[in-house]
Amino acid sequence: MSTIVSLPDQATAKLPHKSYLNEEYGLKSWLLTGDHKRIAILYLISITFFFVIGGVLAGLIRLELLTPPADLMSTDTYNKVFSMHGIIMIFLFLVPSVPATIGNFLIPLMVGARDLAFPKINLLSWYLYVIGGIFILSAMVLGGVDTGWTFTTPLSTHYLNTHVVTAAMGIFVAGFSSILTGLNFIVTIHRMRCPGMTWFRLPLFVWGHYATSIIMILGTPVLAITLVLVALERTINIGVFDPTKGGDPLLFQHLFWFYSHPAVYIMILPGMAVISEVISTFSRKRVFGYTAVAFSSVAIAVFGFLVWEHHMFIMGVSQYSALVFSLLTMLVAVPSAIKIFNWSMTLYQGSITFETPMLYAFGFIGLFTIGGLTGIFLATLGMDVHLTETYFIVAHFHFVMVGGMLMAYLAGVHFWWPKMTGRMYPEAISKLSAIVTFIGFIVTFFPQFLLGYLGMPRRYAAYPADFQVLNVFSTAGASILGIGYLMPMLYLPWSLIYGKIAGNNPWQATGLEWQIQSPPLTENYVEIPIMDHEAYDYEWLANKTVHEVQTVG
Amino acid sequence: MDSQSIAATHGELVGGVDPHSHPAFLRHHFETVAQQREAASFGMWVFLLTEVMFFGGMFCAYLIFRNWYHPAFVAGSNTLSITLGTTNTAVLICSSLTMAMAVYSAEMRRRGQLIAFLLLTIVLGLAFLGIKAVEYKEKFDLHHVPGPNFSIQEFVHPTNPKAIPLAPDMAEKTQIYFSLYFAMTGMHALHMIIGISLLFFLVAKAYQGAYTAGHIMPIENFGLYWHFVDIVWIFLFPLLYLISRYR
Repeated sequence: MSTIVSLPDQATAKLPHKSYLNEEYGLKSWLLTGDHKRIAILYLISITFFFVIGGVLAGLIRLELLTPPADLMSTDTYNKVFSMHGIIMIFLFLVPSVPATIGNFLIPLMVGARDLAFPKINLLSWYLYVIGGIFILSAMVLGGVDTGWTFTTPLSTHYLNTHVVTAAMGIFVAGFSSILTGLNFIVTIHRMRCPGMTWFRLPLFVWGHYATSIIMILGTPVLAITLVLVALERTINIGVFDPTKGGDPLLFQHLFWFYSHPAVYIMILPGMAVISEVISTFSRKRVFGYTAVAFSSVAIAVFGFLVWEHHMFIMGVSQYSALVFSLLTMLVAVPSAIKIFNWSMTLYQGSITFETPMLYAFGFIGLFTIGGLTGIFLATLGMDVHLTETYFIVAHFHFVMVGGMLMAYLAGVHFWWPKMTGRMYPEAISKLSAIVTFIGFIVTFFPQFLLGYLGMPRRYAAYPADFQVLNVFSTAGASILGIGYLMPMLYLPWSLIYGKIAGNNPWQATGLEWQIQSPPLTENYVEIPIMDHEAYDYEWLANKTVHEVQTVG
Repeated sequence: MDSQSIAATHGELVGGVDPHSHPAFLRHHFETVAQQREAASFGMWVFLLTEVMFFGGMFCAYLIFRNWYHPAFVAGSNTLSITLGTTNTAVLICSSLTMAMAVYSAEMRRRGQLIAFLLLTIVLGLAFLGIKAVEYKEKFDLHHVPGPNFSIQEFVHPTNPKAIPLAPDMAEKTQIYFSLYFAMTGMHALHMIIGISLLFFLVAKAYQGAYTAGHIMPIENFGLYWHFVDIVWIFLFPLLYLISRYR
């Protein structure tokens, strides 16, 4: 199979003597760093930690659902396990996944800056993330939370005696980490672009993160105040959401979903941002319809704020508003489809090669399309009444979040691994892991569409025996999926020592970040670059390498 | 020449030959002072945008509940002291003035004047919190704090002859008014407390002369924050105290 990977001669190649990784040594130099690249690595490690915990909880859920009765754990425990799975995976993994790791590492590099605008705030946001994580973990260790990740009132405020306040405060603090990351990105993209880097020369990765940041700064504060009100209701008995005092539980739903629906775009937009880069690089073509893809990100961010009520169709909202929100929800499909079609057009007549990031990207496109289209089912009022609160919805958002975002995250981690570490991951085994992940994913979550359509409700530990065959499929798939995720966790650390030396630009990619050494210097650029070409200009790259001798080390 | 050797020469240039080509407060990753200033200012405005959304959730709740329970909201706001509220508004506006003067002093590079105005802002901020505490205490005494001790007596059988008695079920809804009163003014007070803590830090730094040598961004940005907190109160005061009293 043809490949575009070009590595330096391994016999003579060496890692650069000086880079951000060996500028300083010791734990203190990492924990007090202002370097966006080091903070990205800190995030990468802590996010992986929480992903493992969330993943183990997911494994427990699937194991419990292997058999119809609630036999592995009590129903109370099951409630706590799925709540904690949701809380950890959403607030501690998916929301920060790509932006805080890959985005943090790359946005200054891509706009041609030495760092994010506020390095200390960037470090603060990591500490807030860790503190939030500690709160959430302690809620789990102290006895758990069983509200589901949605903290539905009055269940969360009056009827449960679990650690709701601790978990809510954890999310509150982690939310500020996300706000500060978004703020940093917006200011960096506005104010730190290098000379010649106009808005429409920015890589689409940056556009995707810009749209994400808008949602982060406008949505997250609303979640913060909502959780504060829930905590105040539990602790000092104010009654904003309490129907016995005249408060309105539905108001909680409005405020919660005003953040939490846009939050799913926080989770998916950075994934789309990664895919744009990967697809372009491995088909050797400029992304088809650059402007449309760029604006579709912003459109998703804007429309995303106007659709939250589709989570509440069965909660007694007015049918007229439900009608409007149903139509607006379908509107989001337009910019999403623009992206999918434009990526397909980029592939069309491109010189496609099948490196690992590209395999993950293909997985993303397929699974995200299924996840997105089933979203249309759920946006349709009649269908939603039948399908909501069933496994159909579980399958839908896992297709988008796990099939979409996690695939994109892994695509991004593999794609920029040589830039982050200076070394290549092992190619054959990583291709295998991409395929295993894809197969495992399909086997896990496709049966759940059928289960949901047949009427199996979500969030129950027990189910009628009729549903067992599909549940066994799903659990079997989950174990394959688990292996698919375990493999990168083993071979990526392995590659830190034994991986091949990657050189500056193993993929022959056009981004500014690929024109400098890998791993980069602490200050990124010795001289601030001048952008004199469009993004994804492979002709420029070809001409550049003609006249230039690349030296490493 | 490859990037490694350029990096080495670059380090020497900055370290040895010409170390004072830029002011000490210019952070390494900014190209110019103007860029740093613009970034800091823009960042602060974006942060204030998030604050607007933070308070926005409560204002939204206020709007809905006021619409539903209008008589309860009127009765609730009648129990607040307009004198204390107005005094507090005046105190807060004065503190914004002193803060604005502090920014001006920093621009004019007058260290003593800057410290004086910052201290004055602290005093006014503390005065606001003191008056707020008096108001809160009164609510506790009257059993107007939501929770098990909440009493609707005052609203069903008002002692004030001008007040309109409420039916018991509507009187219960005054709890919502007071929930919002405490949540909104409480969040506002929390912002004041954070602001006053930051002011102490700024005074200490200003004493060392950090802001009177051309680097006024921290003072200017803090001023923006302080004025924002002030503006939140400018919205809270009419909504909670003034609208439709005795109508």
